[in-house]
Amino acid sequence: MLNHVVKSLLSTIPTFLLASVLVFSLMHLMPGDPAGVMLGDTATPEQVQALRSAMGFDKPIYVQFYRWFAGMLQGDFGNSIFFHKPVLQVIWDRAEVSLFIAFWSMALILVTGIPIGVISAVWYNSLTDQTCSGASMLAASMPTFWLGLNLMLIFSVVLGWLPSSGFPSVFESGNLGNLRYLVLPCVTLAAPNSALIIRLTRASMLDVLKEGYVTTARAKGLSEVVVTMKHVFRNSLISVVSVVGFTFVGLASGTVITETVFSLPGIGRLVVESVLRRDYPVIQGIILLIAVAYMLVNLAIDFCYTFLDPRIRIS
Amino acid sequence: MRIFLLSLVKRKIALAGTIILAVILVMALFSPLIATHDPMGLNPIERLQGPSATHWFGTDHFGRDIFSRVVYGARLTLVGGTGVVLYSILFGILIGVLSGYYRQFGFVAMRLVDVVMSFPALLLALAFIAILGPGLLNVIIAVGLNFLTRTARIIFGLTLKLKEEAFVEAIRSLGASNLRILARHILPNLMSPLIVQATFTFAFSLLQMASLDFLGVGVPPQIPSWGNMISEGRIYITRAPGVLLFPGIFIVLTVLAFNLVGDVLRDNLDPRFRDQFTGVRR
Repeated sequence: MLNHVVKSLLSTIPTFLLASVLVFSLMHLMPGDPAGVMLGDTATPEQVQALRSAMGFDKPIYVQFYRWFAGMLQGDFGNSIFFHKPVLQVIWDRAEVSLFIAFWSMALILVTGIPIGVISAVWYNSLTDQTCSGASMLAASMPTFWLGLNLMLIFSVVLGWLPSSGFPSVFESGNLGNLRYLVLPCVTLAAPNSALIIRLTRASMLDVLKEGYVTTARAKGLSEVVVTMKHVFRNSLISVVSVVGFTFVGLASGTVITETVFSLPGIGRLVVESVLRRDYPVIQGIILLIAVAYMLVNLAIDFCYTFLDPRIRIS
Repeated sequence: MRIFLLSLVKRKIALAGTIILAVILVMALFSPLIATHDPMGLNPIERLQGPSATHWFGTDHFGRDIFSRVVYGARLTLVGGTGVVLYSILFGILIGVLSGYYRQFGFVAMRLVDVVMSFPALLLALAFIAILGPGLLNVIIAVGLNFLTRTARIIFGLTLKLKEEAFVEAIRSLGASNLRILARHILPNLMSPLIVQATFTFAFSLLQMASLDFLGVGVPPQIPSWGNMISEGRIYITRAPGVLLFPGIFIVLTVLAFNLVGDVLRDNLDPRFRDQFTGVRR
């Protein structure tokens, strides 16, 4: 088991290195002079030259990479061109909303996705199953922004139950009631991802139901509840857990849209603003941080396997 | 009997999907004949109207006819989706087959694929657009990159499996060259999973392209794409919900149709390949 843990830890190192190279080269794929592009048409040649030497663009490419990589390992992602502040500071200022949304959406996805998937599989082909499958197919085919705008129209504009946009900080005001600003964004973000978890849980439950050991368990005279929960659900959970990592990536993409729809001051909105402003250091920083977070989630999932899958635990 | 009924229902679902796609295709091909108004024609007097006999879906904030814009939007949707599918499948096959067939190349290529897949698709697309600039071609390149890696991954797995099959070994022992084995024996066997993958790629790429349009970094705003229409109309949704509703319904219908057809195709696929598709993700 320890072997397995060490192995998965070591295997993230090359992935991280490659990811950094990719993110670094993104900046250098730009046609023309990066400093000129960043400053726009109105910049004077002196300003461009100043930025070029400040960013080290006049050095050879490997020196640039080394500097950037070494700085990054020490938590220095460079400075935002727009804010004139360290990238990490800029990201941190926007983190509250995004972390809240990510956490609550993930909770919502797991709490709805897994049970509905199990129910669909247990009552395979019943009316319940067909309704759930149909609804999840519909939810997976819906653009996130469209769902969000519709929810906003119904629940904020027509019914007036929930606020439509913005988010006053919970930490600054100390008012937990502000969380109601996040109800619609979380539902919006969770719906398509939850749909995918429903489909996956159902599919993997149905696969396990066909296994020989399930027939054996039934033949032993175990009750249907025990068979479903202990033999089928537990074993199908392994493939569901492996998809949680993908869901995390889906959430990161989804936050960009959701925060734009509901005008939330989060990291996702920051990405779009930075793309429009061509604030490359910020884009680089966010993408790399999310890739690292994804790798950590995958590591955590690997550890979960060791508990869920006895074959790994014992070896 | 039950299985028969089930396959009948499935066929009906696939049929419904196909009909929707046919309608969208007709809309795209014959846009000038179907549209009732000029999709770009400004008419400020009739702005933000609800559906009526002259404007079936109402008008937007410039008084443009929403129905005509939706009809023309089908063109962009299909061109964009086809672009992503062609580009991602073509390069996906190339990378996937070579990786599966030549181990050393595969080792390096699949690590790269892993890395690209560890970035959220939309963020990667945004980063590429930040570099390339907006526009349809750049959107196709940016969105396609993610699907390319997925296709490569699936094709890689299938090629590995096929390579070990007895018939490939038999052909090799007859003295067939690598190129011949790849082109004549491995590629044709990959066709049906590729068609399934193409269908899902189409569906999910439409969602992503619409998202980029919505964020204002996709095709230029004056071009009537469904995503652009919603993006522009979002501030007027309380006065004219049609701006939000109709383009959105068409996005959902198209994506749903591709998903339905894809599901049925996958279920009817060679069982050896079926398990490769359980985790289709956006």
